[in-house]
Amino acid sequence: MAAADTSLAHEDRSHLVAPRGARRDGIFAKAVLAAAVLVLVILALIAWSTASEAWPVFSKEGFRFIFSNRWNPSKGEFGGLAFVYGTLVISLIAVVIAVPVSVGIALLTTEVAPKWLRKPLVYLVDLLAVVPSVVFGLWGINVLAPKIKPVYKSFADAVDWIPGVNRVFVSQGAQGRSIMTAGIILAVMITPVITSLVREIFATVPLALKEAAYGLGATRWEMIRGAVMSHSKSGLISSVMIGLGRAMGETIAVALVIGSSPQITSRLFNTGDAMASVIANNFGEADGTFRAALIGMGVVLFGITIIVGVGARAVVNRSTKKLSA
Amino acid sequence: MTALMGLALIMALIPLIAVLGYVIQRGAQVVDLNFLTKSIPITDRTIGPGMGPAIVGTLVITAAAALISVPLGVMGAVYLNEYGNNRRLSRIVRFFSEVMTGVPSIVMGLFVYTALVLRTKELNGLAGALALACLMLPVIIRSSEEMLKLVPLDQREASLALGARKVTTIFKVVLPAAAPGMLSGVLLAVARAAGETAPLLFTIGVVSKANPDIFSGTNTTLSAQIFRNAASPFIGAQDRAWGAAFTLICIVFLFTILARLLSALLTRRSS
Amino acid sequence: MSSSSPFSIADLSVHYGTRLAVRDVNLDIEPQRITAIIGPSGCGKSTFLRCLNRMNDLVPGASVSGKVLYYGEDMYGPNVDAAAVRHRIGMVFQKPNPFPKSIYDNVAYGPKLHGSRKGLDDVVEEALTRAALWEEVKDKLKSSGLSLSGGQQQRLCIARALAVHPDVLLMDEPCSALDPIATARIEELMIELRQDVTIVIVTHNMQQAARVSDTTAFFTVEVGDEGGRTGTLIELGETKTMFSTPTDERTHNYITGRFG
Repeated sequence: MAAADTSLAHEDRSHLVAPRGARRDGIFAKAVLAAAVLVLVILALIAWSTASEAWPVFSKEGFRFIFSNRWNPSKGEFGGLAFVYGTLVISLIAVVIAVPVSVGIALLTTEVAPKWLRKPLVYLVDLLAVVPSVVFGLWGINVLAPKIKPVYKSFADAVDWIPGVNRVFVSQGAQGRSIMTAGIILAVMITPVITSLVREIFATVPLALKEAAYGLGATRWEMIRGAVMSHSKSGLISSVMIGLGRAMGETIAVALVIGSSPQITSRLFNTGDAMASVIANNFGEADGTFRAALIGMGVVLFGITIIVGVGARAVVNRSTKKLSA
Repeated sequence: MTALMGLALIMALIPLIAVLGYVIQRGAQVVDLNFLTKSIPITDRTIGPGMGPAIVGTLVITAAAALISVPLGVMGAVYLNEYGNNRRLSRIVRFFSEVMTGVPSIVMGLFVYTALVLRTKELNGLAGALALACLMLPVIIRSSEEMLKLVPLDQREASLALGARKVTTIFKVVLPAAAPGMLSGVLLAVARAAGETAPLLFTIGVVSKANPDIFSGTNTTLSAQIFRNAASPFIGAQDRAWGAAFTLICIVFLFTILARLLSALLTRRSS
Repeated sequence: MSSSSPFSIADLSVHYGTRLAVRDVNLDIEPQRITAIIGPSGCGKSTFLRCLNRMNDLVPGASVSGKVLYYGEDMYGPNVDAAAVRHRIGMVFQKPNPFPKSIYDNVAYGPKLHGSRKGLDDVVEEALTRAALWEEVKDKLKSSGLSLSGGQQQRLCIARALAVHPDVLLMDEPCSALDPIATARIEELMIELRQDVTIVIVTHNMQQAARVSDTTAFFTVEVGDEGGRTGTLIELGETKTMFSTPTDERTHNYITGRFG
């Protein structure tokens, strides 16, 4: 029916009943549903496809894959404890460094800095997230590692007399490409992620809460501690978990600077290895069972990141339920 | 206390400046037209350009990844915001979409390796593109959904009240209104994908002559080349690595700046 | 029940989930007249209005029972296409909601939907003229609809609705977001349009209803035993009579300002 005709016959009502194009609506609805469900399908496929390739190694090693330290690919022994250990240690180092830094920057850009400065600062810090991991690795291995080795040695010498600490920061065996360096570069890389998450959380603190604190005579720091921090507790936990998850999955930069010799050691300045890096560094030359073992390492990594990711969301969901209860 | 926060800021900015500084210092001098177009020398020992094939690879593979993930991601977001509302399936999809953004990129590479490469026995650009697309998909779903949410309900009501169907309303009113923001999100996802290395390690192989065909033959990217050359003891390889890093940073920053300009334009328009 | 009346409504009730929002409405709307629907807030006026072009279909959990006959045909019948209904019955909303497109594209949106490509320029001009906006925008049709003032945007929305030549125009408090001058212009406009288009307007402004409408329907809200609020039609009549000698006491109380 041409819209340009003005002679609307009021008697002609039959088109009220003609379903035009309703079928098109239905097809489109199904198509977008399929696209959305794709996410779930892919996740399931990842789990299934990688696990089935790694199955031979899993069935042979069982839990030794994670808990045993006997890693001898040439002999077919795949106890990956050193890699699990390495991943955990460098991620913890990264989180210990990055979280205070991120919280500080987040507070700076939401509460403290003058308004005109906030956006530019945020943009600057976000640039860290734009730099590709491999570029951090290139810089790390060629610039940071050589320069930091003497720093490690001096630091280790300085704390040599402190019991306990002198087991962690040891001068002998200290390398530029080491666990500590990997942890530091990881910290740099996860800072923008945590900062932006924490910033969002701080930004949702209700103004009324802050004004209430001021109204009771709090100084700015007391207000931040009392209103902002206490309101953000679960969000902070969730952000830390997400940062931890990112650190554990980060591959390339770590692969270049960790030193690639798996060992379970408390000496942070020594070389080490991690799950993601061992895969990246060895996959090319690996074959047969070795390859399957590396894929298995990937499965374990996948499992860990899913657990951490789900946990992080659960923390937030539980606290939102509490708030609305 | 403010001093502590300032210290935190400096601690974050020093590495940024240091890395960018070195990349520019050591990379910019290597990059010239020769570098950007010549093939990659077969041996590391060789001194001299270029990284042409890697640039071609980066562009072609990233573009393919975008072509795969963007329509799917946008459609997924359309489902979540326009059809799914608060239904259980939507909540599950949203939840796992966020979880998926945390999956390490190397796992995506392993996935495509086991699911595709092992079966087709072929390493090519497409496999790499698929791995990158898996990385980009949840990010695009999330950012697109945010943009769709920003389109006010009364826009949809106005269109429907004129006798338009839901599909027409989505394509003629909602998507155009959300488009600048969604494009910004897409550009950011593309920037991230262009810099990725791990998913490509076991999917695209390596090549020294440019291969713009993603369907056949191995390929290489700037990121893969940097990784390969980073630990090399030879100056020639090192120089090429820094040059590639400089080129990659330029590409990635270009997309990021475009994305930010777009979203700044968007906020100015709506205020 | 007359098939020459645009709307013959019988026993209309609306549920949102289990809550009864509007109950048992019976009325006929007269063609080429302005019918005003007045009443205190929460009495279901807008809900009722949105039944008349099936906009309540869009609310999840909403269900409509009863009959709404559009020129004798049941709008909620089994084979009826809601989009076709909305093509014949236009709506203008409380807050002006032009698309972020050009003025031309806003008005042309409706006609383009229904297939026409030729003669669009004429259609757009006609609609803008009927909406008393043509003179003000004829030189800037390409500029964004959002660049207009509030009152102009609302007239743009009216033009957009008129461009598909509806028989009926439903207006949901169209002036409540506008200043008095813009309001007056739209009221003038409504009186002009009445000759071609049946108008049903929901308004919380009694003086407006008294000024523009021929017929007035008074709704009010009843509070049920469990505190549920349900709207229902109390009285329907010629505006002049309603405002001078209303039949029902509740109407009288509302009009004289004793409540609402």
